[in-house]
Amino acid sequence: MNELIERISICVERGKVNKTSPYPKDLAGQDGADELTRQALDSNLGPDSILQACNVGMMKIGERFGRNEVFVPELLMAAKAMNAVMAHLKPFFKAGTVKAKGKFLLGTVAGDLHDIGKNLVSMVVEGNGWQVIDLGVDVKPGKFIEKIKENPDCIVGLSALLTTTMASMSKTVKEIKEQFPNIKIIVGGAPLSHKAAEQMGADGYAPDPQGAVEFLNEFIAA
Amino acid sequence: MKSILAVLKSGKTLVSDGAWGTLLHQRGLQPGECPELWNITHRDDVFTIAKSYIDAGADIILTNSFGGSPSKLSHYGLQERTAELNEAAAIISREAAGQNHFVLGSIGPTGKMLLMDEISTQELKDGFFIQAEALKNGGVDAVCIETMSAIDEACIAIHAVKEATNLEVVCTFTFDKTASDDFRTMMGVSPEDMVLAVKEAGADIIGTNCGNGFEQMIEIVSLMRGVDSSTPILVHANAGKPFFKDGDTVFPETPEMMAAKVHDLIDCGANIIGGCCGTTPAHIKLLAKEIKKHR
Repeated sequence: MNELIERISICVERGKVNKTSPYPKDLAGQDGADELTRQALDSNLGPDSILQACNVGMMKIGERFGRNEVFVPELLMAAKAMNAVMAHLKPFFKAGTVKAKGKFLLGTVAGDLHDIGKNLVSMVVEGNGWQVIDLGVDVKPGKFIEKIKENPDCIVGLSALLTTTMASMSKTVKEIKEQFPNIKIIVGGAPLSHKAAEQMGADGYAPDPQGAVEFLNEFIAA
Repeated sequence: MKSILAVLKSGKTLVSDGAWGTLLHQRGLQPGECPELWNITHRDDVFTIAKSYIDAGADIILTNSFGGSPSKLSHYGLQERTAELNEAAAIISREAAGQNHFVLGSIGPTGKMLLMDEISTQELKDGFFIQAEALKNGGVDAVCIETMSAIDEACIAIHAVKEATNLEVVCTFTFDKTASDDFRTMMGVSPEDMVLAVKEAGADIIGTNCGNGFEQMIEIVSLMRGVDSSTPILVHANAGKPFFKDGDTVFPETPEMMAAKVHDLIDCGANIIGGCCGTTPAHIKLLAKEIKKHR
């Protein structure tokens, strides 16, 4: 791997946003994701390979998060660094030079206002190269359905933190499946399990953001 | 205003209350509805919950103000009513508790992260200040900053309560067991780190709440006692990890299962014991009975 590309990947994994960012301490004063991406583009490295570096960095931190080796702050900082890279790559996405793997339509279900878990999933999935359409929190089934109509090629992700909103999640899955039996739905959140996901008729369950990425990536190969 | 610390000094173990959210939902609170608004719109229901814990034998009850920060209330467009809703919560619990029981004003996390610049330190502090002042005006004896996961937010809350009031402050964090069998909050804070940080910030009573049942609370309290042998510890335990069955949420730990472990929890250093999600007056009644036996 090109040295610049490798360093971008490390910056994303470690959450090193830019040169002035004090985090992480051992990289203080060094170029971050922002500067290195600029340099990579200036030296004519392809946006695809830069995006690939981002994917690798986010995957590594996502896996460490899944193993409880790092926690929410580390994942958030990695996402911040990833966003710094993405800001440079935006024009290429617009021009169609770089393409997303697919669309992921994500939201916290009706009655639940918690967004931290959903946001983590959104960041890691985006870092893996997917286009994320984030509908926010307290999303009614009708809103999901409206957005699925606009994006019939999407995969849907539902989040819930409260035990009391699991029923709401179950209802959302049911309503989506009634209208769009072929739309794939993955669910996640503290009170859930594989079994609960299966009972509500979802296609998948992920205990952590990286699990959601793995679920999604199965559908590109297919 | 009475001192919880003074009573604990006598060596007594105090009984706290159980879940509020679980009971509010049983009484018809819908997902997506603002629980704190019920202090105005469904005052009798909130009062009945508070009173049910006093009747079950709790020495301490909390207030229906967990999500009463301006940031949380802003989801419902109610941020301008922060003081009113918190004060009402305190008045209801005070009325249920009378003067012979303690009322702890509940303050939960805002859900906003300083790390991601979602909120400023000043904005966080101002919100907690308004909440604490209103809870005091409503008549609470102390404030319980609970379910915290980030040290920065918890410490800002402690400072704000201490500035706004002269009340005793309880601060509890929620820990999960990691793959390597450590305990950490979602922000990566260990019980040991939490104890040192919140004591430094001025917490009078420390503790842990929510989580995955009584067994793990015993492990967490032991870890806390490893770095602090004297600060009183409060435990509000979930009735186990909930699961989904036939469209309903089920909490696995019965009152009997919790009561059976309460002696171990006291022996490892807990001073105030109550419940969190999934616990009911039936759980508290049996806990109170066992705790009295232990005295």
